[in-house]
Amino acid sequence: MSAAIPKEALSQEEKERAYAQIANVVKQYKHKKDSLVQILHLAQEIYGHLPLELQQFIAKEMNIPLSQVSGVVSFYSFFSTVPRGRHTIRVCLGTACYVRGGKKIVEHLQNKLQVELGGTTEDGNFTFEVARCIGACGLAPALMIDDTVYKQVNVNKLDKILEQY
Amino acid sequence: MVTLTINNQKITAEDGMTIMEAARQNNIYIPNLCYLPDVHQIGACRICVVEVEGAKNLQASCITQVAEGMVVHTNTDRVRKVRKILYELMLSDHSQDCLTCTRNLSCEFQALGKLLGVEDSRFEGERSPFQVDASVAITRDMTKCILCRRCVTVCNEVQGVGAISPQNRGFKTEIGPAMNLPLGKVNCAMCGQCTVVCPVGALKETNSVGDVWEALHDPKKFTVVQVAPAVRVALGEEFGLPAGSRITGKMVAALRRLGFDRVFDTNFAADLTIMEEGTEFLNRVKNALTGKSAVLPMITSCSPGWIKYIEHNYYNLLDHLSTCKSPHCMLGALIKSFYAESINVQPQDMYTVSVMPCTAKKFEIQREEMKNGGYKNVDAVITTRELAQMIKSAGIDFQELPDEEFDNPLGLSTGAADIFGLTGGVMEAALRTVYELVTGRELPFEGLHVTPIVGLEQIKTATIKFTDVLPEYSFLEGVEVKVAVTSGLAGAKILLDQLAEGESPYHFIEVMGCPSGCIMGGGQPRSSDPDVRRKRMAGLYTEDESKVYRKSHENPYIISLYENYLGEPNSHKAHELLHTHYVPRGKFNELTDEDFVVELDEFTKRRIARTTRQEAKIPPVPVKTEQESVSARILELEAENKKLKSELQDTQETVEIMKLVLSKYTKQS
Repeated sequence: MSAAIPKEALSQEEKERAYAQIANVVKQYKHKKDSLVQILHLAQEIYGHLPLELQQFIAKEMNIPLSQVSGVVSFYSFFSTVPRGRHTIRVCLGTACYVRGGKKIVEHLQNKLQVELGGTTEDGNFTFEVARCIGACGLAPALMIDDTVYKQVNVNKLDKILEQY
Repeated sequence: MVTLTINNQKITAEDGMTIMEAARQNNIYIPNLCYLPDVHQIGACRICVVEVEGAKNLQASCITQVAEGMVVHTNTDRVRKVRKILYELMLSDHSQDCLTCTRNLSCEFQALGKLLGVEDSRFEGERSPFQVDASVAITRDMTKCILCRRCVTVCNEVQGVGAISPQNRGFKTEIGPAMNLPLGKVNCAMCGQCTVVCPVGALKETNSVGDVWEALHDPKKFTVVQVAPAVRVALGEEFGLPAGSRITGKMVAALRRLGFDRVFDTNFAADLTIMEEGTEFLNRVKNALTGKSAVLPMITSCSPGWIKYIEHNYYNLLDHLSTCKSPHCMLGALIKSFYAESINVQPQDMYTVSVMPCTAKKFEIQREEMKNGGYKNVDAVITTRELAQMIKSAGIDFQELPDEEFDNPLGLSTGAADIFGLTGGVMEAALRTVYELVTGRELPFEGLHVTPIVGLEQIKTATIKFTDVLPEYSFLEGVEVKVAVTSGLAGAKILLDQLAEGESPYHFIEVMGCPSGCIMGGGQPRSSDPDVRRKRMAGLYTEDESKVYRKSHENPYIISLYENYLGEPNSHKAHELLHTHYVPRGKFNELTDEDFVVELDEFTKRRIARTTRQEAKIPPVPVKTEQESVSARILELEAENKKLKSELQDTQETVEIMKLVLSKYTKQS
């Protein structure tokens, strides 16, 4: 997933452009069966998150009930209904990463960024989440920022990594 | 045909049948919970699991199809244990306030526990948070929901509304509108079909019984009740009578014994509706045929769930709706004007109650449009189920009651009014009057039943040709009037899509919000009789045929009401009291500020307070000392170590085996 843009960063013009883009996506996919997840995925990529208003827009464009759209949005943890940070940090807490100190990384990040799990930093830079195994057990403990995987992270390395964002 | 064995009994079943259906055909009952024949078969609750020889896992019999040679056991030790565990797991997240639940003794979940012989609830743990959401018509109590999803199927697939769906995931799953919105603020049509299929007390009508008792016990109130046609062929079921039993006389007697000062019949207003709506239709057709502007097809407006549906989804077609209020609101308006004047009672001292087969009528009476002179046309609506509860609670022995008559003048009705309660009935009633007004002859159908629109199909159509018309209707000479009838909102959607595309060939459309019409309304008794629709339908047709007058315009009290009070159909006075207008609401209720959320009643508030107090009593998880957390960590690591060791051992064993295989292979080659 590409870097998400927090909602407040969108001007009216940008918002309209995002909606037009999403309308296009819906047009492209709506005739395919079971394409709602794909449409929501692309819509979140374009808009950054999926607030009620946008869910209503998608429901209307697809001519399906809003409760179904919201049902899918709330089912998958990768969809968010609130604005997300520019970058998403996902600390792996799969077994290997957990044993190798993933939890320490979580604690450190919580203190450093002053943010709860699932929350977004005040400056809108980071959204902070945990993941259940990102498939990099040999590189434990691992974390992801957006699409980049960082291996064998420790507290010292972490600060340096964060500086890049 | 396939041959299979169930419980050592050789049986044959049709291809494509489920194990459940095949078993039932052979008088073997498999316990089930979420299963609703032909409507909802998704294997959600797993209670109906059976053992199929050769299959590793137990199979949900409601969705597993029969196969040639299949050997099924429905009552083994394993099956019985699993069913009990499943039940107990569901129970562990159920509020268990059974004694004070409206569904006590009529709860399918409760009955299932007894059937399975569950005597213990072994699982304690976290419970879903207490959430009760009440709209004016329907209350959702999510502490009682068992996630069977019947309501989801009915709302989305049968009705095509989609107000509720599963939200979130896993333990947090909740059936409800999007983003935690209250039911009163979304596109819910309030049809109440979900309340009929809910096996527990999670979805139910918002209770009005308390308000009605209060009015009945208030000596200053003059209480007037009216009853919809469909109630009289279903109420008996609540007292052990078969569906369709005609108990009109007993029902009237029961209402008098409850203490109502007058017992009137919504049927009277159904006759009135025909006069108003028939006239409106003829005027529209006349305008269309004489080059004036007229909106056709005209669509009936008796069903408030249907009205809410079109206001949300097709709000640019509202001009097609007849401007007639629904019959019970017409009667309410007349009771507080015409009748109040005639007996010299002030409208503010009156309390009008409607007994309806419907939950949407509870919504309808809250509409601003359903007021005259500042007074609500109807003060309270109770469902057929709520009336039964009141009768029982008043200690009335229903079956032993004598037959009594409705009070006059607002209690006499024709057969045309009786059939308002079922799909095709309003149209047939309208045609009986319109045809005779226009031609001076009776509608040319045997028994006055317009056969093409009789029956329970989703969409029915008919064409009526007008010939040899009376001189004042000469514009109709030779005209073929095309009519369509549908029941259930999914059927309405089909006709409206056609209309929106500009391809509707019809002049007059009847829509009833619930499939089969009011006889299967959201406020009717919950029935397990597969033939309930036909029985209730037959009951209403018999009621119709037993009447002295069969056509609305023959009702002598209707004639005198026009002579002495209203003037003529669609007169100024009639418009003021009997007609209304509609509100564009939008798919997401975005076109109006109006919402239909209600504050929770005192009882529910107390329950919430009690539950919250109970939660507070649970001691908090004790804070661990540093030493404790260190030893806990050691234990955790030891467990991890043990697990890794066993994994290592497994791997070593695998390596040994592979070595052996390899050496054998090497030797061979």
